[in-house]
Amino acid sequence: MKKTLHYIALIPFLIWMILLIIVPLFLVAYYGFTEDGNFSLTHFQQFFRPDYLKVLWRSLYLALVSTVVCLFIGYPVSMILSGKTFRKKTLLVVLLIAPMWMNFLLRTYAWLTLLEGNGIINALLQVIGLPKQIFLGKAGTVVFGMVYNFLPYMIFPIYTSISKIPRNLIEAAHDLGGNGVTCFFRIILPLSVPGILSGVTMVFVPGVTTFVISQYLGSGKITLIGDIIEQQFLHAGNWGFGAAISIIVMLVVVLCMWIVNRFSDDPGVMMP
Amino acid sequence: MKALKKVYFYLVLLFLYAPILTLVVFSFNDAKSRGRWGGFSLRWYQELFRSSDTMDALLTTVLVALCAAVISTILGTISALALHKSGTFFRKSMLNLTYLPMMNSDIVTGVSLMLLFTFMHLELGFLTLLLSHITFCIPYVILAVMPKLYGINQNVYEAALDLGATQMEAYRKIILPDILPGIISGFLISVTLSIDDFVISFFNTGNGIKNISILVYSSKTGVKPENYALSAIMFGAVLVLLLIINLKEKKKVIEESGK
Repeated sequence: MKKTLHYIALIPFLIWMILLIIVPLFLVAYYGFTEDGNFSLTHFQQFFRPDYLKVLWRSLYLALVSTVVCLFIGYPVSMILSGKTFRKKTLLVVLLIAPMWMNFLLRTYAWLTLLEGNGIINALLQVIGLPKQIFLGKAGTVVFGMVYNFLPYMIFPIYTSISKIPRNLIEAAHDLGGNGVTCFFRIILPLSVPGILSGVTMVFVPGVTTFVISQYLGSGKITLIGDIIEQQFLHAGNWGFGAAISIIVMLVVVLCMWIVNRFSDDPGVMMP
Repeated sequence: MKALKKVYFYLVLLFLYAPILTLVVFSFNDAKSRGRWGGFSLRWYQELFRSSDTMDALLTTVLVALCAAVISTILGTISALALHKSGTFFRKSMLNLTYLPMMNSDIVTGVSLMLLFTFMHLELGFLTLLLSHITFCIPYVILAVMPKLYGINQNVYEAALDLGATQMEAYRKIILPDILPGIISGFLISVTLSIDDFVISFFNTGNGIKNISILVYSSKTGVKPENYALSAIMFGAVLVLLLIINLKEKKKVIEESGK
C-alpha cells in the first residue's frame, strides 16, 4: 500500500520527462543527422567551414569573458550580502532579483538608449569634457550586455553557498591567528566553489547562445552562434542545419561544463 | 570598510537599475524619439491602454507565468516527493536528466520543443507556449523542493502513520508544511523565469499569440514609447512589492531586537 502512492506519483514525472525532455532531443538529433529522411552528415560538414567556426569561437570567447567579469563583480556582492554590512537582507535579495521581473528585451533595449551615438552616456561624457565614444557594434558592448543580464545568476548561487558556511568556522580561523586574507583564501573561497560552479554555468551557457544581446548591442555586426541557429530555423528554413549546429553547441557546452565541474564533486546549488 | 562595501553594493544596484530608470524617465517624454526630451507628458500611458496589442501581450505574459508556475509547482513537487522515495541509482540518473534543460542552453531547449510540437502537429500558440514554459520551470521547482525533503525528520512522518493517519494525511499534515518554503521559492523562481523568458517563447509561440518579449522583438521599428510606459508600470508594481517586504523586515528587526 505504501509503495503504490509513490509509483502513481512517478507517472506524471516520467511522462513529462520522456515526452518533453528526451523525445525533443532525439528529434533534434534526427533532423541533424538526416537529409530527406536518409542518414547523412552533410549538415555537420556544412558547419566545419572557417566562417562558422570563427562564429562559434567568438561566441565561446565572449561568453567566457562575460563569465569572468560576472564572477569578479558578483563575488564581492555575494560576500557583502552574506556579511553583516546590511540588516535587511531579504529586501536586498529582492532588489537584485527585481530587474528580472522587468522584461529582458526592454532592459537591453534601454541600454541602446544609453549607449547610442547621441545617447545619455555620450552626453554625460561631453559634459565632463571627454570625446564622444562609439559603443554599439563592438564586442566589448556585447560582453557588457551579457554581464548586465546574467549578473544576478552569478550572485545568487555564490550567495547561497557563502551563507551556508558556518560562522564558527570563520571565527575559529580568526582565533587561530588567520587574518582576513588567509581566512578568505583558505575557508570562504574553497567552501564557495559549488556556488561559483553553478554561477559560472548559469552565466556561461546562456552567454554562448544569446542572440538578442548581439543583435541589439552589436548592431548586427557581432554575429554569434545563437544568431545563426535562429536564422536557420526562422529565416533560412534549413532545420537540418539548425539542428546540427544545436547539437554541436550542446556538445561544446557540455564539454566545457564537464571540464569546469571536474573541479568539484558537489552537484552544487543553483538558486536561493 | 563598511562604507566601501555599501558604496560598491549601491554601484552594482545602479548598474542594474540604470536602464530601468531610463525607461521610466522616457515614459514621460512627450517626444516620440528616444534621444530627445520633449517635455513631460502622459500620452504614452494613454496610448498604452488604448493599444490592444500591448494589453493582450501583457495578459498573455501574466497568464502564462501564473499557469506555468502553478502547474510546474504541483508537478515538480509531486516529482520531488516521488524521486525522494526512489532508489538511489534511479533518483540520481533521473535528476541528472531533469537538470538537462537547465544545462542545455535556452535556444536548444526552445528548438527541440518546437520540433516536438511540429512533429505532433500541435499548432504553435498559447498551449505550446504554456507547455514549453512548464517544461523549463519544473527542474527549478524540483531543485528548490529536493533539499527540503532531505531535511525532513522521517520519524515524525512514521509516528503520524503509527498514530493512524493515512498516507495522504501524513503527507499533507507532516511533510507538506516542512517543505512549504521550498515549494514557495520554486513557485517564485518559476514566475520570474517565465516572465523574463524570451528565447524559448520565441520558438514556441505562433498564431498571433505574443507575450511581451515577443511583442518587443517583433516590432521592427524598435521599442514603441508605450512599452516604456508599460515598463514604468511594472517597475511601480515591483516598488510596491519592495515596500511591503521592507515593512515586514522592519517589523522583524524590531521584534528581534525586542527579544
